[in-house]
Amino acid sequence: MGGEERVRIGSDADIVLARQRGREMAARMGFSSTDLVLITTAISELARNIILYAGHGEIVLRNGSDNGRAIFSVMARDQGPGIPNIEQAMRCGYSTSGNLGLGLPGVRRLMDEMTIESRVGEGTTVVAKKWKP
Amino acid sequence: MQVPILKQGPFLIASVQSALSDADLLQLRDTLVEQVGRYRSRGVIVDVTALDVMDSFSSRTLRDITQMIRLRGAETVVVGIQPEVAFAMVQLGLTMEGVPTALDLEEGLAYLNQEIRTKGNETERHGR
Repeated sequence: MGGEERVRIGSDADIVLARQRGREMAARMGFSSTDLVLITTAISELARNIILYAGHGEIVLRNGSDNGRAIFSVMARDQGPGIPNIEQAMRCGYSTSGNLGLGLPGVRRLMDEMTIESRVGEGTTVVAKKWKP
Repeated sequence: MQVPILKQGPFLIASVQSALSDADLLQLRDTLVEQVGRYRSRGVIVDVTALDVMDSFSSRTLRDITQMIRLRGAETVVVGIQPEVAFAMVQLGLTMEGVPTALDLEEGLAYLNQEIRTKGNETERHGR
């Protein structure tokens, strides 16, 4: 098992493409319809963050496994301004873009695990994973 | 992908398709706000039955639509939010406060008819 798909994110139409691709991959992996919606929504938010904060970047969708358990992962990578304070960004309601401010904590709740790596001036990489039950 | 808008008596019914971009949503907003005036509509139903994702942008745009339509003197109701989508929205913290919702098209029409009746009665009581 294994597979990877990359979607370049540069406009709002790419958000639609990324979530379609993600949904298709997760469906092939056999995720439930509820999980498909959660995964698709998370991809949408992560791709939107790229547009909002960095302008462009990339979404990488992966079909992986750990100890025989399937894992869907979505990586959102950009070379934008970076997140100065990740802890603060993970606090509910915090946002610097004047958006709803639900972005990353919301994505964390949609998925099973999430890691953020960010350097100011260099960019941000967020990886969110969903384990198949 | 443009959202088809159907004129049904005093109401407008917009049926949102699944692959909707941000630009499509903004266009839907502008078209509805304009058409409410052109057709002198009393209510708008936004049917999201086919929508498999409701993220922060789409829920904020639906809230904007509701408020703008209200400022134009008509009411909006969002119908057809699917169970999985409702679950994802709650996880994301999207409560869509101030946006009336109904189970389906039928319930949405009943809601708008009721709203119009209530408004009419108020005008009778308080009107000149």
